[in-house]
Amino acid sequence: MSFISYLINGISLGSVYAIIALGYTMVYGIAKMLNFAHGDVIMVGSFTIFFAVSMQGLPTAIGIVLSVILCTLLGIAIEYIAYRPLRGAASSLAVLITAIGVSYFLQNMALLIFGANTKAFTSVVTIPAVKLAGGQIIISGETIVTIISCIIIMIGLTLFINKTKAGQAMLAVSEDKGAAQLMGINVNATISLTFAIGSALAAIAGMLLCSAYPSLTPYTGSMPGIKAFVAAVFGGIGSIPGALIGGIVLGIIEILSKAYISSQMADAIVFMVLIIVLLVKPTGILGKKIQEKV
Amino acid sequence: MKKLKLSKTLKDNILTYGMVILAYIIMQILIGTGNVSSLMQGLLVPLCVYVILAVSLNLTVGILGELSLGHAGFMCVGAFTGAFFSKCMQDVISIDLLRFILAIIIGAVAAGIIGLLIGMPVLRLRGDYLAIVTLAFGEIIKNIINVLYIGKDNNGFHFSLKDSLSLGLDEGGTVIINGAQGITGTPKDSTFTMGVILIIITLIIVLNLIHSRDGRAIMSIRDNLIAAESIGINITKYKLMAFSISAALAGVAGVLYAHNLSSLMATPKNFGYNMSIMILVFVVLGGIGNMRGSIISAVILTLLPELLRGLSNYRMLIYSIILIAMMLFNWSPKLIQLREKYSLKRLFKKTREVQ
Amino acid sequence: MAALLEVKNLGISFGGLRAVDDFEVSIKKGQLYGLIGPNGAGKTTVFNLLTGVYKPSEGMISLDGINITGLKTIEINRAGIARTFQNIRLFKDLSVIDNVKAGLHNHYKYSTIEGILRMPGYFKMEKEMTEKAMELLSVFELDEEADYLAANLPYGKQRKLEIARALATEPKLLLLDEPAAGMNPNETLELMDTIRFVRDNFDMTILLIEHDMKLVSGICEELTVLNFGRILAQGPTSAVLNDPQVITAYLGE
Repeated sequence: MSFISYLINGISLGSVYAIIALGYTMVYGIAKMLNFAHGDVIMVGSFTIFFAVSMQGLPTAIGIVLSVILCTLLGIAIEYIAYRPLRGAASSLAVLITAIGVSYFLQNMALLIFGANTKAFTSVVTIPAVKLAGGQIIISGETIVTIISCIIIMIGLTLFINKTKAGQAMLAVSEDKGAAQLMGINVNATISLTFAIGSALAAIAGMLLCSAYPSLTPYTGSMPGIKAFVAAVFGGIGSIPGALIGGIVLGIIEILSKAYISSQMADAIVFMVLIIVLLVKPTGILGKKIQEKV
Repeated sequence: MKKLKLSKTLKDNILTYGMVILAYIIMQILIGTGNVSSLMQGLLVPLCVYVILAVSLNLTVGILGELSLGHAGFMCVGAFTGAFFSKCMQDVISIDLLRFILAIIIGAVAAGIIGLLIGMPVLRLRGDYLAIVTLAFGEIIKNIINVLYIGKDNNGFHFSLKDSLSLGLDEGGTVIINGAQGITGTPKDSTFTMGVILIIITLIIVLNLIHSRDGRAIMSIRDNLIAAESIGINITKYKLMAFSISAALAGVAGVLYAHNLSSLMATPKNFGYNMSIMILVFVVLGGIGNMRGSIISAVILTLLPELLRGLSNYRMLIYSIILIAMMLFNWSPKLIQLREKYSLKRLFKKTREVQ
Repeated sequence: MAALLEVKNLGISFGGLRAVDDFEVSIKKGQLYGLIGPNGAGKTTVFNLLTGVYKPSEGMISLDGINITGLKTIEINRAGIARTFQNIRLFKDLSVIDNVKAGLHNHYKYSTIEGILRMPGYFKMEKEMTEKAMELLSVFELDEEADYLAANLPYGKQRKLEIARALATEPKLLLLDEPAAGMNPNETLELMDTIRFVRDNFDMTILLIEHDMKLVSGICEELTVLNFGRILAQGPTSAVLNDPQVITAYLGE
């Protein structure tokens, strides 16, 4: 029975990773860059809720809305200020390092405003836990909300990309920027939109993550960010279903390793699985194979 | 014509070595005259560590052209094997210098072997995929060190991945590597002089490698893999060579690092991916493939937060802003265009054309 | 005399597409042989098959009597086939002379240790390599630019440098993929002289892909015409170029 509990916890954690991984994968697909600062947007989102709800006493719903709005704007601003000037730069490393700079910036900004002490994040979820199998399995409200959010986001995003003009534009830009521009698609606006969506999702992911694991520091987003990125690569970077699969698998592996093998080795096991997957399938589970033309 | 080129490379190299030696001499004079704060003095060995790390990572990133985010992992291997050796041999080899040199060699070889073992499967991945896999390996190494227990008693060495109790040591046995507590009591053999000597050795290895047959093969792979294959260059061999030499030199930096501390622990701060990223920042800001640039940027970026110390809490924020601004300034296509348009050189050229 | 390159029944498919089918050719030592055909006919694919970039689905390739079918690219180069590329592939950030020296890689050896410690073997071999490389560069009139970055060479010279680099590997057979692409008529004339010179002075056998008919008819002794991956015509140059089938394939019906 405890196995099923662990499995559900794994799926829940994996859902958070999947939502974060979406941000990575969309940005990578469209801008061909690793947005290292994505994890820190999560942290900004969580601090916004913390500030609004715990410090200012605003209603939770307002906190959440504020957090999503702020992160969306932040994502657009980061892209506009730090990444857009480097589009077409001779080295792809340049934008990677800039992203690292942005990550440092966000962390230290939070450090200045809120200090280094760990904050206790109050869960935004108010629905009670569900007991199954005569109380042997307890599913917390956070878990339920997380998994449902993930499902809604996945369906919503897939519909958005396949059914709307803006979504189709995103696909076109990720396929071929030059051709998309010639077809009259506003590439800059499309990339901004991608960052906006990715960052809004990061705000939601941050809220869910901190509700389940309620300690908040300026570095809270860093490791989940890296792991979600691993999940995105694992599932095949650039692929939305890949992000879902990668995230869930990663979450399950992490929780099960913690439960049955060693809590200290859990991260190592997660990374080991990634390496094995990439060695067998070098572009991830659902990644496209790219071959250079000779 | 050929003469000119040789002397250009030579001049370049002399400038690089000269810069290091000059900096060393100036520093020694400043220390001798009591002009260096103890805080700065404490930074000298770490500075050497970062310089070696930056130069060695530049071999992978700039010369081989592959992105590695696991450099701190190799440093970690070097640090722990080197410190382990020194602790075991503390009573056996009484000459500190000899023991330290042996520790350096052992740390380098261990990190090099790990580099080789990791490189073999992963070097066929490209670009961002290689980056994430090297990051993963770096984290795995750090993780394993954190659960590794090694003790020694009369029966020899005991290993465990659980805790120090399960080592089952005899009375009088000692725990050498104590899991997350790491290694304590490593002899403090690292000095600024030793660090500078190691920097120079690193430079000799890297620069001479670049300007040799093997270096050409490595750079040809970087510039065009398919063409390199077509002229009979063994891609796997040279990728592995560059990667493992780079790892071995990171191991040297690790040994230097470990022997500067009384207690060595593998934390996310010193051996995690953040460290690897910081080294990558040195390399990219100093100029990809430019060893002298790596040295300069490693020194400046290490000192920068210290120089900004007066600004207390704002220093890391300013550091990050400077980092972003420098990247934009150096790499933004629009800014590069603007700079070329208004550069002095161009202005002079114009007047000449008019005449 | 036996053929230097003997290809039998060579074929490859990509997915469902039959890119090259039943390709056969026999090239004698010292020959200047042309491979022509409309765009997309599979010419470069044949080169990629010959050099091991692609593994053939079926067929046999032998060089100088040795079966090289299915070998890796580097093994094939060591066996004696060198090539140039349609889209120039130089080592852009290396100097012109270093590009050629990279080509000499397998013929002038010293160990890594000798290189790092600058032992006598390093100086001796590097000197020999430099001499050999300069000799090759002067054949292509590139010796003046030896210290330039390859990327900074004008287009025509880049093509020449690629040939020099290929020759540095001391091949038996040289494959040139559209050597005259992007050259003006004068440069093409000059290139024709150079190719003849290479054949005569290096004792080289050359197989080239080309669209420029003046070059093809001017220097190739025999031709194979490919169309839709299959051989359309094969034989002495003048006969092939007058074949009505070939004319149709090129000019359309």
